[in-house]
Amino acid sequence: MTQQQPQIEAPQSAQLRIDVRDLTYAVDGRDILKEVSVALKPSEILCVMGLSGAGKSTLTRCVAGLAKPTAGQILIDGEDIVPMTEEQLIAVRAKMGVVFQYAALFDSMNVFENIAFGITRGPRREENKRLPRITLIRRVAELLHAVGLPGIEKRLPSELSGGMRRRVGLARALATDPQIVLYDEPTSGLDPVTAASIDHLILSTRERNGVTSIVVSHDMGSIFRIADRVMMLYDGRVQILGTPEEVRQSNDPVVQQFITGDIHGPIQIRR
Amino acid sequence: MRGRRSNSATCLKGGIDTGRASGYSPTAVTSTNTRSDGGEKSPSSSTQHPHNHAPDSTTEATSTLEEAGRLSFRVVRDLFVGLAAYLGEVLLLLWDSVRALRSGIHFGDLIRQMGAIGVDSIPICLLTVGFSGAVLALYTVDTLKQYGAASLVGGIVALSIVKETGPILTGVAIAARAGSAITAEIGSMKVTEQVDALRSMAITPVDYLVVPRLIASLIMLPIVCIWADIAGVVGGAIVAAANGVSYSAYRESMRLLMETDGSDITKGLLKTVAFGAIIALVGCLEGLRTEGGATGVGQSTTRSVVVAIVLIFVADFLLTFLLFNTGLI
Repeated sequence: MTQQQPQIEAPQSAQLRIDVRDLTYAVDGRDILKEVSVALKPSEILCVMGLSGAGKSTLTRCVAGLAKPTAGQILIDGEDIVPMTEEQLIAVRAKMGVVFQYAALFDSMNVFENIAFGITRGPRREENKRLPRITLIRRVAELLHAVGLPGIEKRLPSELSGGMRRRVGLARALATDPQIVLYDEPTSGLDPVTAASIDHLILSTRERNGVTSIVVSHDMGSIFRIADRVMMLYDGRVQILGTPEEVRQSNDPVVQQFITGDIHGPIQIRR
Repeated sequence: MRGRRSNSATCLKGGIDTGRASGYSPTAVTSTNTRSDGGEKSPSSSTQHPHNHAPDSTTEATSTLEEAGRLSFRVVRDLFVGLAAYLGEVLLLLWDSVRALRSGIHFGDLIRQMGAIGVDSIPICLLTVGFSGAVLALYTVDTLKQYGAASLVGGIVALSIVKETGPILTGVAIAARAGSAITAEIGSMKVTEQVDALRSMAITPVDYLVVPRLIASLIMLPIVCIWADIAGVVGGAIVAAANGVSYSAYRESMRLLMETDGSDITKGLLKTVAFGAIIALVGCLEGLRTEGGATGVGQSTTRSVVVAIVLIFVADFLLTFLLFNTGLI
């Protein structure tokens, strides 16, 4: 198996929004991520693909400060977040939005409360207290319209389908105008039209706010539609990192097998 | 047979305290010799013990006792180490909650939790303490009648209720009802990534989940306990009346036996403040430590109730000693 080394441009930290350096994450002595390095410029969209269990979600959790890496650095706007305490991470997380794989909506709140929660209870709650109620209502309505779910403010998460929950989760992540958004499989399990609308939303959010995004996905169509660069993780390591075209034309059999979805090849699925 | 026992004794000793194990026990030395000889009887052993049966049974008994002692020691040590570590975590969570108070309290959350933890627990507390008061009166009124002192039943029941039965039963009932609910709710949030969602939104789980529950418990436990105390005293009064003790005699004996400054009542209520802290902190801690889906939530909930009730009884003993016996407070 040939492992194509990622071609990372010389990091110029001041210009980088996210800079992951030699990130290793181990659980019970088993390495989930092994010396992963990747750097993202402002407004860049990086799609992370790989087999289930390859460490894609773990990477986003580490970048969000939700999991502590075993080794390595994660620089967000030049600041290493790995040694930070929960209290210090608040300022970093205030710049971020996370879309969870299963939406992780607060089930005791309705859709409106879920989306408005980050605005009314987040780190900027004091300044947002002065916002008139009508502004908040309009903001939530706008976000719901953007994800294609207008008028569902009063519904509880238990009354929504999986796809609707995912989109409400996306609206919630965008509510605080984050500079960085981490998407954990935002389109998996969605019909092609809804998936395409989510892709469009990711792109339009980038165009509008210059958001830097890491998108974890298995959806090859979606990846090649939205990515500026694509990274494939295999067995915890970076198998390839490049533009969508570079990845598509890679000679690496692992990458090719993953893209084509062939069951014959170097990737062995444990049965 | 002897070789096997010797091996297990050595293993146990090594597992417990390797530092002391080497050469600590003469039995173990003999056992090691036996093992090193490949299971054959050592010459020195046969020289010292010409009658093999009696020394063997003594050795066996000593070895068994030793094993039992070591096992007991290990269990007790693990229990205390575990308890100390757990209390450390509880205190850390308390410290984090105190620090989180700097960012203020959300009154909407606080009121909701006061309802869930306190108001919704009033019926169960009234029933348990009310019937306990009635049972206390049943026990005491018969005995007091034999000594012609049945009129004192009110004071005895009331003292038992306000000093001990009311606070402890309120604590246990709320630990079982609200403590379990706290753990189940936070535990479910944990396993469905809602706690991570909070953290990702730069909202600390302590701020949003722990502080309102802790403050609500501290406020509501004494309030619920006041109602429970009243129910207990009334329950006792009803039984006393059924046994020929008039309400006025019941009331008069309360006035006679209880402190006039109401310190019996306030000290009892003070205990419930500590119980409230235990219920909220243990409930939240177990919820936040939940792992592994629905099974994990169930296990955390059970553990939360068990640990909270045990800690309530331990705290009850310490507080009773401090408040009523030392006169320090």
